[in-house]
Amino acid sequence: MRVGFLHSLIRLEEKMLLEEFGRRGAEVVLLDDRVLTFTLGQRPADVDVVMERSINHSRALHALRLFESQGLVCVNSSTVATTCGDKLLTSVALQEHQVPQPEVRVAFTPESALVAIEEMGYPVVLKPAVGSWGRLLAKVNDRDAAEALLEHKTVLGSYHHSIFYIQRFVAKPGRDIRAFVIGDQCVAAIYRTSPHWITNTARGGQATVCPVTDELARIAVAGARAVGGGIVALDLFETDDGLLVNEINYTMEFKNSVAPTGVNIPALIVDYVLRRGAGA
Amino acid sequence: MSVPCPVCDAPLTLTPDAVVSELLRCRDCGSELEVASLDPPSVREAPAEEEDWGQ
Repeated sequence: MRVGFLHSLIRLEEKMLLEEFGRRGAEVVLLDDRVLTFTLGQRPADVDVVMERSINHSRALHALRLFESQGLVCVNSSTVATTCGDKLLTSVALQEHQVPQPEVRVAFTPESALVAIEEMGYPVVLKPAVGSWGRLLAKVNDRDAAEALLEHKTVLGSYHHSIFYIQRFVAKPGRDIRAFVIGDQCVAAIYRTSPHWITNTARGGQATVCPVTDELARIAVAGARAVGGGIVALDLFETDDGLLVNEINYTMEFKNSVAPTGVNIPALIVDYVLRRGAGA
Repeated sequence: MSVPCPVCDAPLTLTPDAVVSELLRCRDCGSELEVASLDPPSVREAPAEEEDWGQ
């Protein structure tokens, strides 16, 4: 089988995936999104399936749609990338599938955003709808902070920041959960522990194994299905009322999770991609 | 395969399984680097983080 491997920088995750493809005898065609060009109506590469591992969301999203337009199976699909790449679209999908999540409000002007924040009550978290690695998240504790932040976003932000995604702040027990879903199975999970309210491992959160309970598996798989399935990593909050899905990532980073969980996540990913490429 | 770091000129060793576009870090100066080619071996500074990077 010929696997198109869409990438930019080859990080440790991509290296681990390439090694697993090599062990299975799959022929990998490296597709660097920095040199790749597309002609509409033509296949850019002679491959059976495309695995997306771009570091840029915008390139991944559009490349996937172009590959799909030529009948190629992509993991993940452009639909999954579209939904997961936008926190607002993710929240809508979770709502439509009755997957529990923190309360979310959306506004399109600073004035209406302030009204929505005041109605929700402090503290809230303001997030750019498109963004990752915990960048530009803001915990807003009072009206003074809200007014200042909204003005800064209006004056300094790009048009992306004119969509005000407001999430109720969830007091976490010093950690959250990242759960890895491949197909219909939650294969592993970690706690991300940090004294800071942002727990991303890219921001210093420490990874330890989290048991995959029935509840975690059920909600993680439901969340994955809500955004279209495939290979996704979900961030979840533990609350007194159960688990809440915070965000879903479609180009999962797992290098810090293999050792603590003891699960060979890249091997499971590669097996899934090859099954999809074979028509499963 | 040994190549000089483009930032500090320290010698870097590319492993036999190195691939083009692979991300490296110079142990001397800490710079993030990218394998530019394998034959001949060369590295360049990795691109700076962009707004839509990561998950």
